[in-house]
Amino acid sequence: MKKDAIGDSLSRVDGRLKVTGGAKYSGEFKITGLTYGVLVPATITNGTIASIDTKVAERAPGVIKVITYLNAAKVPGYQPNESKPASKGLKLFNDNKIYFNQQPIALVIADTFERATYAASLVTATYQKEPFKTNFQKNIDNSVVPQGGNYKDYIRGEADAYKNAPVKIEQAYLLPSEMHNPMELHVTTAFWNADGKLTVFTKSQGVISSQKALANAFKIEQSTVQINSRFVGGAFGSSLRTWPHEIAAAQAAKMINRPVRLTLTREQMFTLVGYRPQTIQKMGIGATPDGQLIGITHESHSQSAVYEEFTERSVNVSRFLYASPNANTRYKVVPLHVGVPAPMRGPGEATGAFALECALDELAYALNMDPIALRLKNYADADPEKNLPWSSKYLRECYQKGADKIGWEKRSSKPGTNREGDWLVGYGIGCGAFGAYRNKAQAYIKLLADGSVNIKSATSDIGPGTGTSMVLIAADILGIPAEKITFDLGDSSLPEAPTQGGSATVSSVGSAVHDVCLALKKKLNTLTGKPENNEDLDYVKILKQQNLPFIELTQGSEGTDEAKKYSMYSFSAHFVEVHVHALTGAWRIKKVVAVVDAGKIVNNKTASSQMIGGAVGGIGMAMTEEAIIDDRFGRLVNGNFADYHVPVNADIPQIEAIFINKPDMHINPLGTKGIGEISLIGVAPAIANAVYNATGKRIRELPITPDKLI
Amino acid sequence: MSSKKPCTPPDSDGVPNKTRRDFLKKSSFLTAAAFVPVTVVNAAVNQWDEKLASVFEKTSLHLEVNGVPLNLSVEPRTTLLDLLREQLNLTGTKKGCDRGQCGACTVHADGLRINSCLSLAVTNEGKKITTIEGLSKGQELHPMQEAFIKHDGFQCGYCTPGQIMSAVALIKEGHAGSEMEIREFMSGNICRCGAYPNIVNAIQEVKKGGLS
Repeated sequence: MKKDAIGDSLSRVDGRLKVTGGAKYSGEFKITGLTYGVLVPATITNGTIASIDTKVAERAPGVIKVITYLNAAKVPGYQPNESKPASKGLKLFNDNKIYFNQQPIALVIADTFERATYAASLVTATYQKEPFKTNFQKNIDNSVVPQGGNYKDYIRGEADAYKNAPVKIEQAYLLPSEMHNPMELHVTTAFWNADGKLTVFTKSQGVISSQKALANAFKIEQSTVQINSRFVGGAFGSSLRTWPHEIAAAQAAKMINRPVRLTLTREQMFTLVGYRPQTIQKMGIGATPDGQLIGITHESHSQSAVYEEFTERSVNVSRFLYASPNANTRYKVVPLHVGVPAPMRGPGEATGAFALECALDELAYALNMDPIALRLKNYADADPEKNLPWSSKYLRECYQKGADKIGWEKRSSKPGTNREGDWLVGYGIGCGAFGAYRNKAQAYIKLLADGSVNIKSATSDIGPGTGTSMVLIAADILGIPAEKITFDLGDSSLPEAPTQGGSATVSSVGSAVHDVCLALKKKLNTLTGKPENNEDLDYVKILKQQNLPFIELTQGSEGTDEAKKYSMYSFSAHFVEVHVHALTGAWRIKKVVAVVDAGKIVNNKTASSQMIGGAVGGIGMAMTEEAIIDDRFGRLVNGNFADYHVPVNADIPQIEAIFINKPDMHINPLGTKGIGEISLIGVAPAIANAVYNATGKRIRELPITPDKLI
Repeated sequence: MSSKKPCTPPDSDGVPNKTRRDFLKKSSFLTAAAFVPVTVVNAAVNQWDEKLASVFEKTSLHLEVNGVPLNLSVEPRTTLLDLLREQLNLTGTKKGCDRGQCGACTVHADGLRINSCLSLAVTNEGKKITTIEGLSKGQELHPMQEAFIKHDGFQCGYCTPGQIMSAVALIKEGHAGSEMEIREFMSGNICRCGAYPNIVNAIQEVKKGGLS
């Protein structure tokens, strides 16, 4: 009997499939009669399609259909009626309007990928062009406060109190747009059965949410849509929603009555599936000469789209991370003729932490104070925003462990003075917090006569190793070896689970697995007439005695009202050692230590990998990634991996993940808090602060490319 | 995006002549009575010409994939990657960019690692191709596959086949001498989940064990 499995280091249960090529992603299923769809992009940035010529494409070999707004079957969910106005968001092939460059104007379907790709190059269009706005900084005066009440100005105490502080910092920090760029292209394969049932293989972080979105689009019963997404080749937020091209694939399949596979090109991945929006943040932060914070003001302007508003919580972190008596935030968005952004790992919190943690570092230098000492001086023992106690907070321990591991004592308090040969050496810290959420989820369990167990839930695994963690949780509760347990996910016909996002999967689905395992034990005890809490269960023997081939049950699970009594967050402190070449400005990240208070850690192995991955994402954010639009044409100019630089192996050192690993029992029965976002939040400022410590150059515009350091 | 090619005169309906088959079809109608047998006219009307042409436009190709000799007929524009994935159903080789920029499609051609998306299938005539599906011996995993599992050298798993194919070739190339060398020579394989340190650790273990 395996006890205390939670906290182990279990290799991924689907590892073998992933290293042998046996894992099938959404574009990899052999389907009879399959056709291939390729999107044709618009060449203008704002206006309408005046004419569109598909004749040549239609006559090209192998072409089955060319779909444009002129001939597309109407998507019922796109059409407004008396009771309901048109839904938000882009509606492909619904009308002739163009809102951003590279917006698809046609979908070419052919019998092979090569033929569809070639035919797509034969579609031509003329346009009625209208003036467009793509330059973020030039249009910042057109910013608007987002609709809805969540984004109104926040004031605690006095607004802009920092202005009267003896020591103050007033600076602006610019983050360029950053693309999720998961390695798997977004692929959707859709077909309609004779009975009107829609089957879709798609890259989804939430099969239930995809199911609902497609059912809504085609005005059919949710149960008649089947979503399959067992393996997802990364997503980072880009598959949180159902995109218009996914609906278009299903629409096309309906029109030609054949299966359609629509694969975005890498270039299209830069325009059609969201990104972390370009954001300028103005920080005002003031303190007494001994480092007591007087006020924090955090103002954020973020890029959005003219056809759909996108918002995120970039300013919120400044309200609660430090104990400042006065704090105020303002948040506005700038609608531009660009594709709509989407939450990207760490989402707004990562953007916000970049500004706050850099400003705090600048304040530390102005005060001639150690950055950790400044953070300790203003440590928030309770949530100053919600006025609630933390459910748990071990950020102090994070500072301590991280400082020890990185060798903080080697840090020079005078920037640009620590040198190893031609290289300037610097150390930096950056912290973050992300809400610890728990959503409703269900799980099904089946115990078989041979003692093996199968558990199912309609959750996803975009990479963290969801199935592996769920198996560990079940092994722990049931007291049986992990090898005897299987976990199924990524299928909308399974018991409902929330979308994988917001670092809440283990907290939500893990709790459902925990609860369903307990329910199974209870049922077995009832069958044998034993007391409910009897732990000494021989599963095989009980089934045999009861003459049962199996036992199955489904259990729902959700949070308690503890969430109203406590403020629940994961916390992180990231430490970085960076070397910058004094002459060329070339940089090397030498060491990263990520210390995290994320409650109980279920699987040490996969959790460490997730932390390392977040740090790599943060390194990209800080040092390499920037989407560039040529504002003369409104078109992205670096939509490929040669021109848009994501970190590669040579950029990345050994990264150490350290877990405080203290359970937080207020959130869920497992004591977990979530690590997906927190692994990235705070990394970029830690690097920017280390670069300043190394060079004395404060770079407030990411990415910190070598040219900015010369 | 424009289809207006300088040397292509538009035909009567303003559509440029695109293919030999269009020409055959049109000329067939024009001169059918005088020169062209009825069967050819019927063929044109029923688009059999396109079906025929699609056969003639293909080139024969002899390849050995994972030890299996194959006699194939492929369009010259088909990449090795698309041949593997779409025609041979070997989907372990991944498509990440189609531009040779990400390494997800890495396979071995005569033992050398190549980006299969940058290699037209027909240019591999006579070559021995090994994909991730051909790396293990039956149920027995290649040591690099075992090491990737042990060191958790992946998360979502999508870049993994390319990483492993690259890693196996890397050791054979003699480019796994140090951590820095491994990092440099593995930089053609992007991992967006950020498993790089674990990948390096997996490669170092295999290198030390001399198992590849």
